[in-house]
Amino acid sequence: MSDITTTELVAESPLSEAWAVFRRSGLALFGLGLLLLIIIVSVVGPFIYVVDPFDIIWAPFTEPGVEAIVPLGTDQLGRDILAGLIYGGNATLLVGVSAALITVIIGISIGAMAGFYGGLADNILMRVTEFFQVLPPLLFAMVLVTLFSPSLPIVAIAIGVVSWPATARLARAEFIRIRNLEYVNAARSIGSKNSRIIWRVILPNALPPLIVSSTLSVGIAILFEAGLSFLGLSDPNVMSWGLMIGSGREYILDAWWVVTLPGAMIFLTVLSVSLVGDGLNDAFNPKLRER
Amino acid sequence: MTFLSALIRRLAWSILLIFAVLVLNFLLIHMAPGDPADVIAGEMGGATQEMLDDIRKSYGLDKPLHVQLWVYLSRAVQGDLGNSFFYNSSVLDLILSRIGPTLLLVITSLLFALVIGTALGVIAARKPNGYLSYFVTIVSIVGYAAPIFWTGLMLVILFASVIPLFPISGMYDIRTEGGMFVRGMDVAHHLVLPAFTLAIVYLAQYSRLTRASMLEILGSDYIRTARAKGVSEFKIYSKHALRNAILPIVTIAGLQFGSVISGAVLVETVFSWPGLGTLAFESILARDYPTILGILFFSAVLVIIANIITDMTYRLVDPRVGAPK
Repeated sequence: MSDITTTELVAESPLSEAWAVFRRSGLALFGLGLLLLIIIVSVVGPFIYVVDPFDIIWAPFTEPGVEAIVPLGTDQLGRDILAGLIYGGNATLLVGVSAALITVIIGISIGAMAGFYGGLADNILMRVTEFFQVLPPLLFAMVLVTLFSPSLPIVAIAIGVVSWPATARLARAEFIRIRNLEYVNAARSIGSKNSRIIWRVILPNALPPLIVSSTLSVGIAILFEAGLSFLGLSDPNVMSWGLMIGSGREYILDAWWVVTLPGAMIFLTVLSVSLVGDGLNDAFNPKLRER
Repeated sequence: MTFLSALIRRLAWSILLIFAVLVLNFLLIHMAPGDPADVIAGEMGGATQEMLDDIRKSYGLDKPLHVQLWVYLSRAVQGDLGNSFFYNSSVLDLILSRIGPTLLLVITSLLFALVIGTALGVIAARKPNGYLSYFVTIVSIVGYAAPIFWTGLMLVILFASVIPLFPISGMYDIRTEGGMFVRGMDVAHHLVLPAFTLAIVYLAQYSRLTRASMLEILGSDYIRTARAKGVSEFKIYSKHALRNAILPIVTIAGLQFGSVISGAVLVETVFSWPGLGTLAFESILARDYPTILGILFFSAVLVIIANIITDMTYRLVDPRVGAPK
């Protein structure tokens, strides 16, 4: 009996196979580590470093590394930069992730419908997509946030509403590729409903490229959020990295650290997300895996 | 489909798109919380009763919605995009006075990114594991991850204090005297930093794309045939490979016009470049809705025009597109 169990083949799940490839890339692991670090600092940091980022606690324009109480210096009002960096990550990450989620939900729904049903539905949906692609995304988001209110949910929705077309096109292409494969025909022949074929049969097989593009959407959404808050289009009562840059930019020639440090945080966050995205791309791409 | 009939179809669809953008603007005015008259006046709660009554009458705001839409569209078709109380000028005049600098900035950046990006990509493709390949990879990662306004601000710090080679703000120096050439050089001098900042993002993408598509093409059979015939390396790169590699990149550059305009908004704000972007920024601070909606409309029209040009160039350059089967 024991002989049989030892020779049994261990079936590897697609996820663990992908992880095995992902693990081999140093850059991807570095990105993942950096991303986890930024998330942990943003989530746990406020409980450890209890300084209100809006409080004026020291002389304005204190340079980094001069005063122990404000290790990274202060801004034009005398607010703690380190506190801003720690607390600001929350808004940026929260808006980035929820905006990417909205992007992916709208994009996949529209792309799936267009790709699966084809014909008239496809025609209409793709024309709608093209219409949304004509509007410069940042300007459209600026208009939405200005007309409604500069609150975090509105900012996230605005970013989602302007950035879904690319995801929709990708999802559509995947659905068109898969919809006539044998296993989809098999599902149809046993009488599966369309909704079941779309969500349970095709979508799981279309996921790998969509997961990669969703990861990249998070990075793009974070850049969007930063750009909007840089322009003053975010909740003025919630600290974010973009807000720090926007309010400090008049003073850059006197105090480089006020804009440089929060910008570096945005850069590192988007960098880590894109490295993870690249790693996932390699991990899900069977052509590269064989090497 | 012949070139002409394709062009006509394309134009008809574009006109529909332009109307769709106008309808969107109309819907946005009515979906925004508060009184539409207030939104059109552009002064949240600050407009006088007389002004609001006047707007209600001229836009037919007391009539049913479809009549209002009709009034809005017919005004827009006649070039009336409303008035900006903040600038005390018609929105159309305001936008027309700012569109030139934005086009100058956007087109210069795109051309710069295209030329330098493809050149970098081609050189990197010669040695896929060489230093330059790593450089291209690094530039593309930085170009993707660094917020464009932050890159601009870093350049401002660098060029304001460390190496004061280029001006960091505005489009020209009012102290400059002289003829057209001197003034032109002055504008070009001011253009360097904003155009470079905006170009970095796209330069990164194009160099990466060129490298990838060159590597693919250099491995194909017809390149091997050319090598076997004894065609010089230079000719293989310039005539055989690059021609095919560059097509998708030109298409992407054309289709990215909307995102380039978005980037220009941020870059103009950083460098106080007097284009549509700074106008958008100022009108948002002033809650000047007619102006900001007008900018959205105009930039969408620019994107539509860029798409037509890209599409038609592609048809002309690539004989396979639209060829009779």
